[in-house]
Amino acid sequence: ERMCIGSRIQHYQCVYVFWSVISPQLRSVSVDLNHDASLLIDIPDALCERDKVKFTVHTKTTLSSFQKPDFSVPRQHEDFIWLHDTLVETEDYAGLIIPPAPPKPDFDSPREKMHKLGEGEATMTKEEYTKMKQELEAEYLAVFKKTVQVHEIFLQRLSSHPVLSKDRNFQIFLEYDQDLSVRRKNAKEMFGGFFKNMVKSADEVLISGVKEVDDFFEQEKTFLLDYYSKIKDSTAKAEKMTRAHKNIADDYIHISATLNSLAADDMTANKKCTTWLLEGRVASDQDLKLTELLRYYMRDIQAAKDLLYRRARALADYENSNKALDKARLKSKDIPQAEEHQRQCLQKFDKLSESGKKELTSFKGRRVVAFRKNFIEMAELEIKHAKNSVTLLQGCIELLKSN
Amino acid sequence: MADADSDDGEDIFVSNSNPVSVSRGVSQPDRVTEEPSDLFSEEEEAASSTAAKANGVHSDDDNDLFADANVELSTDKSGSSARKEPSGPRHASSFTPSPAAMQPTSLEQLEEEEAKDSFDVDVAVTNPEKVGDGMNAYVAYKVSTRTSLPMFRSKVFSVRRRFSDFLGLYEKLSVKQSLHGCIIPPPPEKSVVGMTKVKVGMDDPSSVEFVERRRAALERYLQRVVSHPSLLQDPDVREFLEREDLPRAVNTQALSGAGFLKMINKASDAVNKMTIKMNESDTWFEDKFQEVENEEQQLRKLHVVVDSLVNHRKELCGNTAVFAKSLAMLGNSEDNTALSRALSQLAEVEDKMEQLHQEQAASDFFIFAELLGDYIRLLGAVRGCFDQRMRAWQRWQEAQSTLQKKREAEAKLLWANKPDKLQQAKEEITEWEARVTQYERDFDRIGMTVRKEVLRFEKEKAKDFKSQIIKYLEAMLQSQQRLIKFWEAFLPEAKAIA
Repeated sequence: ERMCIGSRIQHYQCVYVFWSVISPQLRSVSVDLNHDASLLIDIPDALCERDKVKFTVHTKTTLSSFQKPDFSVPRQHEDFIWLHDTLVETEDYAGLIIPPAPPKPDFDSPREKMHKLGEGEATMTKEEYTKMKQELEAEYLAVFKKTVQVHEIFLQRLSSHPVLSKDRNFQIFLEYDQDLSVRRKNAKEMFGGFFKNMVKSADEVLISGVKEVDDFFEQEKTFLLDYYSKIKDSTAKAEKMTRAHKNIADDYIHISATLNSLAADDMTANKKCTTWLLEGRVASDQDLKLTELLRYYMRDIQAAKDLLYRRARALADYENSNKALDKARLKSKDIPQAEEHQRQCLQKFDKLSESGKKELTSFKGRRVVAFRKNFIEMAELEIKHAKNSVTLLQGCIELLKSN
Repeated sequence: MADADSDDGEDIFVSNSNPVSVSRGVSQPDRVTEEPSDLFSEEEEAASSTAAKANGVHSDDDNDLFADANVELSTDKSGSSARKEPSGPRHASSFTPSPAAMQPTSLEQLEEEEAKDSFDVDVAVTNPEKVGDGMNAYVAYKVSTRTSLPMFRSKVFSVRRRFSDFLGLYEKLSVKQSLHGCIIPPPPEKSVVGMTKVKVGMDDPSSVEFVERRRAALERYLQRVVSHPSLLQDPDVREFLEREDLPRAVNTQALSGAGFLKMINKASDAVNKMTIKMNESDTWFEDKFQEVENEEQQLRKLHVVVDSLVNHRKELCGNTAVFAKSLAMLGNSEDNTALSRALSQLAEVEDKMEQLHQEQAASDFFIFAELLGDYIRLLGAVRGCFDQRMRAWQRWQEAQSTLQKKREAEAKLLWANKPDKLQQAKEEITEWEARVTQYERDFDRIGMTVRKEVLRFEKEKAKDFKSQIIKYLEAMLQSQQRLIKFWEAFLPEAKAIA
């Protein structure tokens, strides 16, 4: 018996998911990014093996910079992180909002439940077990969908960005048909994570402390700092809400199974189960739409904050270079170097400010559009599920009353 | 004053107000106003539909003029045929004119009466009120009765009772020989935890919920009692419903501690320990007992899950409320006007969702969980009946063995030739022969009673479960319909974002 369960668990960990088959409306928390036919990217399927997820990254392009017009490569989560980090560490992109890295696939929750299910099999009826297994599979699938979605969006953000889409490492990521892990290791050693550390130790104090010369940035700074803390809070609370919903769905499964084994008139009992199983699906959809939306934009705003940080740093550098120039003039020593340094700092700062402004403005627009789309879809889904519930419940009640 | 049944200084309470909203906006149609007429508007289903044919149990009140009247007036909703065919000798008397001129003189009139009042007697328990102060305070409930039965002094009346009175009623009924074999509905459990909280004097939601829970449980208990044909005829029941001042019940110790089920299980153990095992000629009893045990187990399992459901639902309520606030804050932060508005609207929708969840939680608890709790205890009571039958059998067997001993003793005395002792021995033999006959009859009677009771119980249970589940699903249905409205109202707001 134990062996059987073990192998069953293995089986569920090797799940092939054909992404394209899955409901297309649940595809993105961002706006449809795959517009530009010159570079279309998607993740048509993924394979889950034990702890690792292997994504199939598929590219269709008309650009001559690529070797083929249509090709696919297998990629792991770590490859995406590598790509993200190299972009962040590229100084040329300091004035851009780097799309947030996709979070690591997290199958802990369904895996733990699967384990518990295996252990508790003896105490359940066959029916209860089957139903719980089905729900567990659905949960696995939901986590799967989520992770594929979030990895796909990351790539699509890059492909639709005028500057980032041309990045050399991005191209390597899309095209290189060997295992990237070797390159990844080398790259890490090269960069030494210098800039990343800098960004990581980003101090909100620095951003808020620097004297802002530009109204636009002043406003953005205030807005983003406040918005970030609020959206972080909302995300955490949405997650809790979704979790409670899932617990209820699980309870209903146990209830329906036990009722089935009790009730004399079993026909109706069956109907009842399906009503209650809808709870599980509502929880999933709610999760995808609302929680994911909030979570995504929380990370995006963090990326925007990072941009502000880099600009603040550049401003600080510029101010320091001014001071240095003054000192040099005072001492009448090394003036040309100081002047050059100051000019460079100013240039860098201006460049960051200019591109930063563009980025932040388009970010606003993007955010508003995404929220709108997701809110509409979420409301429509809630209505759809509730209407289904109503029909089922009415049928059930009729049946019971007429008996 | 230290009471033996320190049940409950159910004290600090809430008002006389209706025990309606344990959670806000609970829409439970049953609990209403004080007028008896309204109280019973929903009670039809709960009313007894005592089958006219089922009433073969010997009543204590053979001399009660009204006993016959009761039997004949009891409705049988399941069909008119039963009414027309009185089943059993008792009914014969219904056609003879009696001094208690309450009996209808013709069948037509009888049917008219039935058509008019589709219930015999309805009871309701309402208006919990604190009486007294401090540690001796308790809660008194209003027990209202509406009936068409002539055995009661009036048609509509009410009294005030406290929790220990209900327990006392159970105590009285459970020891009656004449009711042996009957499934006597168990009273609600005592609750030290619940009462302690209330004693501390909080008006908080959990105390309110506790009182409402108790009130509803007491009501269901009484409804089950009066819908039982034999119990309804019992004078203690009548006294409970009618008498202004009831003497304080003092023998409720048995029901302390873990309560009813513990008591049943203890008695069961005693029966099982008895040495003479029964040879069951009729497997019906064994099979049925097994069924009952299995069912009780299943219900317990179910109860555990439903409890979990109730807790998770309450958790969801809390989480949703918190989320709604957070979302509102986010909306305030948002600089795009339309999006900000939409976020605030979404926060309001989530607030409404929280309210829906609250109501659903109440429904989960009061309709579903309590139903299961009741039936777990009722199944315990059923087991108790089987045990009573066992004890009756054992008593019969023991009497037989005593009789045997007496006969042997007589034989010895015959040999030993002691005439005066012989006389005594003969007398004892006669006495014991009578007892053996009596106990055998008792055993048979109790067997018949148990059978009848179990069949009746199963019917009532099926009905009860069905009606409660329908209620539960209807509450869910309402909830979903409101949910649709909320989201449909939000949709245009979402579309308006620009």
